[in-house]
This record gives sequence, C-alpha cells and structure tokens, in this order.
Amino acid sequence: MRANTGGIFTTVLPFAPEGFMRLCRLVAILCAALLPGVVWPGALWGAGKVTEFTLENGMQAVVIEDHRSPAVVHMVWYRTGAADEPPGLSGIAHFLEHLMFKSTDDLENGAFSRIVEANGGSDNAFTSWDYTAYFQRVAADRLGLMMEMEADRMRDLVITEADVMTERSVVLEERAQRTDSSPEALFNEQLRAAFYLNHPYGIPIIGWQHEIAGLDRADALAFYDRFYAPNNAILIVAGDVTPGDVRRLAQVHYGPIAANPNLPERARPSEPPHIADRVVRYADPRVATPYVTRSYQAAERNTGAQEHAAALVLLARILGGSGTTAVLGRTLQIEEERSLFAGAYYQPLSLDTSEFTLINVPVPGLSLDEAVADLDRVLADFLDAGIDPEQLERIKFQYAAQLIYAQDNVQSLAREYGTALTTGLTVQDVQEWPGIIAATTPGDIMAVARQLFGGERRTVTGYLARPATTGG
Amino acid sequence: MIRAVVAAITTVILALPAWANVDIQDVTSPGGISAWLVEDDSIPFVALDIHFQGGSSLDAPGKRGATYLMTRLLQEGAGEMNAQAFAETREGLAARFSFDAHRDSVSISVEMLTQNRDAAVILLRQALVAPRFDQDAINRVRGQVLSIIQGNARNPEDIAHSAFTAMAFGDHPYGSAQEGTAETVQALTRQDMINAHRAVFARDRVSIGAAGDITPMELGLLLDTLLGALPAEGAPLPPKADWLLEGGITVVDFPTPQSVVLFVQPGIARTDPDFFPVFVLNQIIGGGNFRSRLMREVRIKRGLTYGISSYLALADHHPMMIGQFASSNALVAQAVRVTRDQWADIAANGVTGEELEEAKLYLTGAYPLRFDGNGTIASILAGMQQDGMPIDYITTRNARVEAVTMEDIRRVAARFLNPDALHFIVVGQPEGVEATNERNVRF
Repeated sequence: MRANTGGIFTTVLPFAPEGFMRLCRLVAILCAALLPGVVWPGALWGAGKVTEFTLENGMQAVVIEDHRSPAVVHMVWYRTGAADEPPGLSGIAHFLEHLMFKSTDDLENGAFSRIVEANGGSDNAFTSWDYTAYFQRVAADRLGLMMEMEADRMRDLVITEADVMTERSVVLEERAQRTDSSPEALFNEQLRAAFYLNHPYGIPIIGWQHEIAGLDRADALAFYDRFYAPNNAILIVAGDVTPGDVRRLAQVHYGPIAANPNLPERARPSEPPHIADRVVRYADPRVATPYVTRSYQAAERNTGAQEHAAALVLLARILGGSGTTAVLGRTLQIEEERSLFAGAYYQPLSLDTSEFTLINVPVPGLSLDEAVADLDRVLADFLDAGIDPEQLERIKFQYAAQLIYAQDNVQSLAREYGTALTTGLTVQDVQEWPGIIAATTPGDIMAVARQLFGGERRTVTGYLARPATTGG
Repeated sequence: MIRAVVAAITTVILALPAWANVDIQDVTSPGGISAWLVEDDSIPFVALDIHFQGGSSLDAPGKRGATYLMTRLLQEGAGEMNAQAFAETREGLAARFSFDAHRDSVSISVEMLTQNRDAAVILLRQALVAPRFDQDAINRVRGQVLSIIQGNARNPEDIAHSAFTAMAFGDHPYGSAQEGTAETVQALTRQDMINAHRAVFARDRVSIGAAGDITPMELGLLLDTLLGALPAEGAPLPPKADWLLEGGITVVDFPTPQSVVLFVQPGIARTDPDFFPVFVLNQIIGGGNFRSRLMREVRIKRGLTYGISSYLALADHHPMMIGQFASSNALVAQAVRVTRDQWADIAANGVTGEELEEAKLYLTGAYPLRFDGNGTIASILAGMQQDGMPIDYITTRNARVEAVTMEDIRRVAARFLNPDALHFIVVGQPEGVEATNERNVRF
C-alpha cells in the first residue's frame, strides 16, 4: 500500500562508500530502480535455519527461524509484477496492490490495517517487475490471524468504484512524489525505456502517468483473477516460529483455497541483442549534480547456473564497491580527484535479462563527455592490469561475514528469499550461492569483464544535466 | 470466513505479546566508563552504538558545517594509515563503522565479528582518537559536501526544512543546516577540524549501548581501549533555542508539479508531565500508520496525498512537532485546509474513544517487537541514555501509555494543539494557497 514501486522502499545503495550517503541520494533513485529487489545479493547466504514445503494446492512455503525475539514476519509473494501487465495498462499490478487494502466479502474497508495495528503489528506491500508481495510484522502468536486475513484477500477481494477513484488519485500522487518530483527518477525512467528494446522491463513499475489515469475497476479485477491464486504464491514466514506450526497454520488457512487451473505461463517478450550504441540526454533545471551512466546487457542468476552472475557480482564490487578501494573510486575519486562519486551496479536477481551499469559524477569543472571518457579509460586500464588478488580476498571475506551479520535481521532474509524465488531461483540455489561466490576465480571475473566491456555488446549512455540556459 | 476472526479479535488483542528477553546490564569499565549491555551470544558479532551529546550544534560561531565535515573525515585517514589503508584494513576485518553528525549528537554505529574484534577495536580507536585530517582528504570530502549543499538547495524537502528552521530558530544553531553553506564550508581549515574534534568527543557526554556476543568484562576492557584516551570534558553545550515562528502559511516558489508541505508547531519535552498523553495524541493524529486521523482524512478518504504523518521531535534545545506530506499543486490547498481543520477539530473536540483505544493497542503491542536484533537493541539503549531515561524504562513504558485517559487527551489537545499557531511551509507552485509569507529560492 505504501508501495515500493522501484525498490525505493528501502533506498539501499549497498556499496556506496561510507559517509557518502547524502550525495548518493542523488543517485540512489537510479540505483534503487536498478535493484528492484532491493537486496544486496551477498546477503543471500543460507543463514538461519531455513525449511521449505509445498501445500497440495501448489502454494510454496519457506520458514526462516529466529527465536531471539517473539516477533514474526508473514509475507505472501505473488509471481507476478509490472512485467506481466497487458499492453496499455502500465501500473495495473501496482494499482491492484493498493486496492488489496480495501474490502473483502468479509472485511470492511480499512479493517485489514485496523486489525493488524490493533495487534501492535505493521503491514505493507511492494511491487516490482517480477513480483508483488504483502507482509505484516506482528507478535508470533498472531500468525494465524494474519494468515486468515491474507488468505481471505487472495480470493475474495471487493473493489468499489469509489475505492478506484480515490486510490487512483493516491497512486498519481505517489508517482508525482517518487518520479515527477525527482529529475534523477525521471532520468532513470527514460534510461530504462531506452535500454529495453522489447522487454517490458522498460516500462515503469508505477506506470506511465497517462495510463495510470485510465486504469479502472475491471482492469484491476481481471489482473487479480488471472494471477492471485495459491499456485502462483509463495508464503514466507520468518521469526519465532517452528516449521511444524507454520505448516499446520498454512494448511488451515491457505490449504482450502483452490488452485487456478488457468494460470498463464510466465512468458514475456524477450530482449534481442543490442547492436547499436544509444545515448539518452535528459536536462532538468532541478538537477543539482550532473552525472553520466553507461549500461550494458548482462545475464541474471539462473537456477542451477549462477556462476556467470557470481562473477558479475564480484566484478561490480571490484570496480565500484567502494569510493576508496574499488577501481573506479580509488582512481577517479582518490588518485585523480576527477569524480565526486564513481561506482558500478549489477542486479543479479531478475526473472529475465538484466543490466550492468557504471556511473560517474564528475567534479565541478569537468564535462560529462570527459566523465564518459574517464570511465572508458579506467575500464581499459583495468582490462590490462587485471585484478588485485588482495582486494578480491577482502571482498570474499566480507561476503563470508555477511553470513553472520544477515542473521540479525530475518525480515531482510525473508525478503531476499522472496525475491530469489519469484525470479526463478530455488531455496537450493540461494544456499549454494555463497559457495559459488567463494569459488569464483580472478580468471572467471576477467572473462566476464572482457565479454561485457570488450566484446560486441553495445551500450546505452545517459547524460543527466541542467538545461544550458539556466545557470548554476 | 473472516467473521469469526473479527469476533475473536477482542480477546486476541487483550493478551499482550510476550516480551523478548531484554535483560539490560549496567556495565562500568575499570576506567569508569559506563554502558548498557544486552548480552546474546547466538550470533558471533557485537553491535555498539555510541552517542556524543552536542553534535553539530557545537559548531563555533562562523564555522557552520565544521562538525559535519569533521565527522565525515574520521575514516579518511587515521594514525599511520591514509584513507585507502584505513579502508582496506576495515574491509579485511569485515567490520562496519559509521559516523554520523546530527543536530544534538555525533553517533557511531559499529558491528564487529567476534573472531577479530580486538583488531577492529584498535582500528576504530584510531579513527576516533587519532584522525589525521590530511589536507588532500579535507579537500576531497569538502568537494562532496559542497555538492550535497548544492543538492539540498534544489530538493523541495530540504528547502522546506531550511525555511522552517531559519524562521523558527534564527541565529541559534538549530536555525541553519548542519552541512553549513558553500561560503562557510569553503572557509573551513584543518585547524577547524581539530577544534571541532576536540569539542565533540569527550567522556562527559557519551552514551553507549551494546548488544550481542560480548561479556560485561570484555565490554569494559573494550570501552577503556576505545574511549579511555578521550578528554574528560568537551565544549559547553549550546543554550536553549527560542521558537520565533508564528502561525501562518509560507510559500516558497519552486518549479515542481507537486508541492512539499511541512506543518510545524512547538513540541513537548519528555520531562513534561503531559508527555505521555501528547505522545499518544500524536499517534492518533499522524503517527505514521494507515489508521491515523490525517492518513484517513487526507489520503484514504480524499486521495490528496500518498502519505501524511506527524512526529514529536525531542530536540535538546527546543522540542518540536513536525508533520509532512506532498500534494499535487492543484490539490495542495485542499490538503492544507483539511489538515488545519483536523487540528482545530481535535483541539476543540478531542478524539473518539475508539481512536484512543486503537492507538494504545498499537503502541503497547508494537513496543516489544522493537527489540528484535543486536543492531536495533544497541541503538535503542544508547538513545535511552542520551534522553536521560532510567534503566527500567522499558518495563514501565507500556503502563504509562495504558494510563492515558480520554480526559487526558481532551486536556492536552486543548492545551497543546492550536490551529492558529500551526505554520505550513509549502514548497512548490501551489494553486489557491493564500500565503502569509513568501520566500524565494535561488539557483
């Protein structure tokens, strides 16, 4: 409901150099939208005690135990998102997510949140291209109540015309706040639209404004009927619970819901190879700090085949994981003092194709063309010089440590499993990932680097600037 | 199928949830430094939160931005290490340090693995007691700060906040942004960094929370290593601020399709006998969830905003109550009107019994759920000490919320809420908003 339309829910900029977060707010929107799942993939260690089972109606379940505090996070993830929308109805997945907080045949308007809050809980939801998820955080002994209500709205949602009118206005305000009020967000929206030639990942999650304005009750109900069913859902429960209790409660509450036999296969229009270099220039008088980005087509993590993505994750870390010690930051920020910030981002969790993006925020006085040339020069030097083995060892140790730190926050672990399972991975894939990262060699990483930067792939380069006529 | 649940809920909510085992130990180091600790060895790391009271309000006259820049430089070279060597050492330990300047404190949040904790403490100590403030690091980080200042000048939320604080607090440090201005930051010298460091970090103003895999004995030794070399006393704290802002509407013209709105009035001190009734009242008005009065009236009923909330800022030198929302330029006048009408309505009529019950259920039910990890617990413990709360506060807090009556709410609503003293700051190009005051923004 307070929807996370682009991963902005928690604007995580995982490897921004410490103490640099304020400037990074400028680029956080870019980075957040590149990271719809929000999570730093390194947090996807198999930490905590994780159990999975599947109900007879096809609903999958994952339980993550943490008995330190009497709280529980209850989440239902649907394997549907903005990339599954019918043409012309951009934003319908997210709009439906808002409407899910209205009525059901049994619960009056607003009762869902009222009951959650009367129990000291909090609830919310988020939408991305590949998933839509609903969650509550509440005392562990209220889990059954949460399941009962979540199961109720899986099949028995009631939407009135009045709800549609006010909530569509809320979503337009949300778009105005998140996107239209931010030159960085508008720039990013244009970049994605240019980057994806054919795949619906190029369409904004929240929707284009003119299409949001036309969304109606029938559109929302059709999307709901098509995708909201137990055989398209994943239950994730994390906290002070046992797998046995969760299974028993899930059978009581979700078990009776019939599967949807007509659930469509998740097939989206696919992305062809990018054979032309393209440039996006966006100018806005509100821009405070101009910068450039350069994006490359990159493969995502796939079940049973995560090695390539692991090498890309480490490559992003080596190039852009720190403003002080990574290749781009060390060279451009520290040694040459030509950048305020230089980084690299890669989103490995995606059902379909993904992208690898470099960003460079030049110091005042340097042009954006010089900033692009700096990126190319540093990359070329990196391809010659190769990887500093000590840097790679430090990065791998930090990954291993993340196994420990991640256990302190089972809500983010829950979110990471949800993202993985809705983007085509399995619990086993998640648990094998640390070993795959650890086994990745400098040779593996340089091979993907050469393929990415030195091969036939073309790029989309973005320039965010102020209009020439408005001064600084 | 839900009906049974709705009937059952009355009984469900009466049983308060079980508590986490939040057993706070009051630890005093051999050197006399005290800290609160929740010991839990289930995950092999410890979280520490250290707050130094004073913060960026300690900036010397003419040196606005000194504390903020100094805090950002602490990991940019210390002891024998330059910025890069320091970062490589920290990465090699997988330790996590963050130093942040705030209005009333500088905070340090730390997570360290048990397996290399001693080495991590030695490294952290260097940043805290032996920062180098190398000139090249100062210049580089200054460039980042200048870019942040420039960004804030074009961000409607920051514009609204700086208009508010300038009007409300004038020349007091609260009246200006802690980042400083381009002019003041350009003029800061290495000596200013040394002076700011000396003013901020001292043992007479420190609050420490720790949680995780560490014994009281180990924590005591750690604290002496980490903080023992700091001076006993820091700079005197600034005086109380005066609230200079009267009711009205200030419009700041800014080219954006959606206006950002702050609404502000004086707040209440935690020591005020009416603090708990006002705390519950704020929860009812705009306490950050979907059931608050403002959320229902402005968002859910009328679709005028994506989100609206209010909070009590317990600032050391003047408490504040601050609310915020954003509405399209065409809708914002209506949203301002609805908000002011709610203020007047609650001041005159109080709230409903149902609203009070819901707020109390939420506050008392949610409180135990806050203590859910080493990182959050360490931060809560440090914050409690900084606010001067007793060590048994956690066990008494819910009873004080429970004790708030309809009569209390009526009394404090009439005393505390005054729609004529409420000031709206609107940044955007609002349609139909009658400003009592206009400010310009230049860029």
